[in-house]
Amino acid sequence: MKRFFGFIQKEFRHLFRDYRSLLILLGMPFVQILIFGFAITTEVRNIHVAFVDNSRDVESIRITNKILSSGYFISSGTINDVNSIEAIFRQGKVKLVVVFGNDFAKQLQAGDAIDIQLIADASDANTANLIVNYTQSIVQDYINAPQQSPQLVPEVKMLYNPNLKSVYMFVPGIICLLLMLISAIMTSISITREKEMGTMEVLLASPLKSSQIIIGKVIPYVLVSFTIGVIILAIGYTVFGMPFNSNVVLLLFEFVLFITLALALGILISTVTNSQQVALMVSMFALLLPVILLSGFIFPIENMPAFLQYLSLIMPPRWFIIIIKNIMLKGVSLEYVWKETLILAGMAVFLLTVSTKKLKTRLE
Amino acid sequence: MITITNISKSYGKVQALKNVGFEVSRGELFGLIGPDGAGKTSLMRILATLILPDSGSASIAGRDVVKDYRYIRNNIGYMPGRFSLYQDLSMEENLQFFATIFGTTIKENYELIKPIYSQIEPFKKRKAGALSGGMKQKLALSCALIHRPEALILDEPTTGVDAVSRTEFWEMLKELKRYDITIIVSTPYMDEAGLCDRVALIQSGNILQVDTPQNIVNSYKGKLYAIKAQDIYQLNNLLRQHTNIESCFTFGEFLHIVFKNDSSEQQAIVLDYLENQGMKNIVVQPINPNIEDCFIQLLQ
Repeated sequence: MKRFFGFIQKEFRHLFRDYRSLLILLGMPFVQILIFGFAITTEVRNIHVAFVDNSRDVESIRITNKILSSGYFISSGTINDVNSIEAIFRQGKVKLVVVFGNDFAKQLQAGDAIDIQLIADASDANTANLIVNYTQSIVQDYINAPQQSPQLVPEVKMLYNPNLKSVYMFVPGIICLLLMLISAIMTSISITREKEMGTMEVLLASPLKSSQIIIGKVIPYVLVSFTIGVIILAIGYTVFGMPFNSNVVLLLFEFVLFITLALALGILISTVTNSQQVALMVSMFALLLPVILLSGFIFPIENMPAFLQYLSLIMPPRWFIIIIKNIMLKGVSLEYVWKETLILAGMAVFLLTVSTKKLKTRLE
Repeated sequence: MITITNISKSYGKVQALKNVGFEVSRGELFGLIGPDGAGKTSLMRILATLILPDSGSASIAGRDVVKDYRYIRNNIGYMPGRFSLYQDLSMEENLQFFATIFGTTIKENYELIKPIYSQIEPFKKRKAGALSGGMKQKLALSCALIHRPEALILDEPTTGVDAVSRTEFWEMLKELKRYDITIIVSTPYMDEAGLCDRVALIQSGNILQVDTPQNIVNSYKGKLYAIKAQDIYQLNNLLRQHTNIESCFTFGEFLHIVFKNDSSEQQAIVLDYLENQGMKNIVVQPINPNIEDCFIQLLQ
């Protein structure tokens, strides 16, 4: 046991001696979460909108004002000529043009079909979609308001994220991304470094068992990853006001489970590669893209083709994201996430078994 | 102490070791000598339990290197060919680490490593990566010795080390004999053979000869002469084509030659021939063969 602690002590020395890397590791969550939380947002604001008003009557002006006062839009003025719409879009600033037909007020009062056209710049399809939806609902709202006849007005309540803050989406995603990458990359690199430097040869020829070598390698990074997870949680809570009425112990337990899984992946990568470079590349390609693309972190899994949906089933991040979202946002207990937890645990056991099996007590 | 029996090992189509076998007795300083690619490292790694032989067996202190690898790993010191200590740890931390994983402390066995470690101890806070080649070598040897092993396996410890450090290193190995530690050391430098108690000459996976350096030199067949002239290149060409020359090899500024018939008349005929061919300032002297001469002869 003393020998094992000696090994762990050495690993911590490696970790702290390379203080630049450690600083990057611990600084990464700050930068990432602040970037994702503030800069990258799927909400649309400050959209430039232009108007072509062929009626210039009371109603069209009222609608124009209502659109502008919604807070989402900034007026880029009115255009007199329909033909210059194209030119305005080409300049790139204006993303939406609202065109009112002739005799707008009259049509509205008569209850006829009204002439209002929304032209959006769909070179960014998602944004165009959002803008059009916003505008449509504003217009709809205006037209429906004065009428007395019974209306179907659904009362909408957004549960768990009433303001639809995108940061609620990103915090679990970033926790997942960072824990996965740091755990897997750091372990695979630290093991391949021993191979590259030739020190693995001496370690293997020593009385240390290979399982001791691996566990000793992994422990420091469990601690680092865990710290990072806690840092992200703390930022999410203090800066972005993530709800935190959840079961903290359960949440941290899930962290440890996921970290273990990622570390097992790292060990597996290190058993099949012999250089730090390759280990890094494999970790990046094999882990980064699936985490981002197939975990449901950014793109909804339900929208994917069936093949990718099946593929996402074997992606640990997918389950982990479900778990932390449920725990953090809904405040559920293990009762509701036991299935996902079991899946993660199963994957972890599988990967640990495979990677220890692949470990050799000799050089070849 | 170390017994190697009929060991073969191949990597794909390349056969690195072919039926290799010899014995090293307790407390012996044994040299495994051969050029690069002769199979030295493979044999050292088999002894260090790092690779498995395809066939044959080896044992250290009566323990099989395959079956009893745990015992062997606890009781031998191994120094691989490449410098393999932690560059980002200080000298002292490296030594301490190896002491701990072998379940001992620096203090416990300080006496054993003192002659070596005390030379570099003033720099113990320095990172291992910042040490000179000779100092690295001393540190690596200290680390391999720290658990008082029964046997030391040193794979090319002097390759890439300056001449002074090499001499010092061999002095240290000789000192270790006092502690009854069996040492097997591989080297490509033939001139180091004379420093060993016994040597095995190895080439292309075959052991050519196992004996004391003196016996190997004594077993040299024929009488060796060193010869030089002004135009050594032309001299070499002429001698190699001459019918009375058994062998001719360049060796520094001299050529080492063996006559087929070395009676003085026959020698004189060769020398006359050389002079007739325009060779000037010819010097010939009988010399004692060294290990390299023997190695070359064994290869023929």
